Amino acid sequence: MWTFLHKLGSPRHFYRISGRLLPWLTWITVLLMAAGLYGGLVGAPPDYQQGESYRIIFIHVPSAWMSLFVYMVMAAAGAVGLIWHIKLADVMAAASAPLGASFTFLALVTGSLWGKPMWGTYWVWDARLTSELVLLFLYFGVMGLHAAIDDKRTASRAAAVLALVGAVNIPIIHYSVEWWSTLHQGPTVTKIDAPSIHLSMLVPLLTMALAFKLYYVTVLLMRARSEVLERERASAWVQELARGT
Amino acid sequence: MDAVREFLHMGGYGFYVWSAYGVTFVVLVANVIVPVLRARELRTRLARQARMERRT
Repeated sequence: MWTFLHKLGSPRHFYRISGRLLPWLTWITVLLMAAGLYGGLVGAPPDYQQGESYRIIFIHVPSAWMSLFVYMVMAAAGAVGLIWHIKLADVMAAASAPLGASFTFLALVTGSLWGKPMWGTYWVWDARLTSELVLLFLYFGVMGLHAAIDDKRTASRAAAVLALVGAVNIPIIHYSVEWWSTLHQGPTVTKIDAPSIHLSMLVPLLTMALAFKLYYVTVLLMRARSEVLERERASAWVQELARGT
Repeated sequence: MDAVREFLHMGGYGFYVWSAYGVTFVVLVANVIVPVLRARELRTRLARQARMERRT
């Protein structure tokens, strides 16, 4: 098991293994997205209070969950790179940042579009929305550090420190609706009780959540592979690949 | 046909629902296109460099 993980840290093996996984990941992602979209837009009934507008939930909640998940992956990868100097970990952290920022942006925008008809406003400075906005700024900070610092290792180190310090925002975002009085509703799924949402809505929601997760893994691998090729361009295996093209 | 119109109308919330899905679609597609383009550009650049090195 340690040998497998050790091998996975090798850019060359990572490139090969990820290349084999990608077609599968792509197809499963597309299928899950299609199933989730059908279940959410067509299959699920309208909400007794919100009518059809609640259907934004099927992209809003998965985006929000991903904004948190990707941040934790980015911070963990940053920590691994910081502690053990594994280049691939730095690559994963750097590649995750724009994806996490995208999900955070989507969570904010789709939430805003849901808020206008339901709450009567596009924005409110409550704890949930504000802390999610802070998350977006943290992502921008990480991306900015990578863009501004020429030496990749130094950039990764600085970005990892920022990501780790900012990680305190994650539980704040999650518990914001319980710790403060917020306009944003409380948890319906990610809580210790059984979920208080009907199955016909829960199933497409979880399907979309899984689809988003696999989408992230797929795109992350695509980005990481390009980054690895670029970084290792002087090595023999990349030269061989390049000559083969 | 009525079913399609109702689907697009989304009970009066069509603008909000479809704007949300539209933004999501654009962002998700963009995030796929970016690495694909980068990989293509990288491959041609590496191939060109490999060819030039063979000549030296």
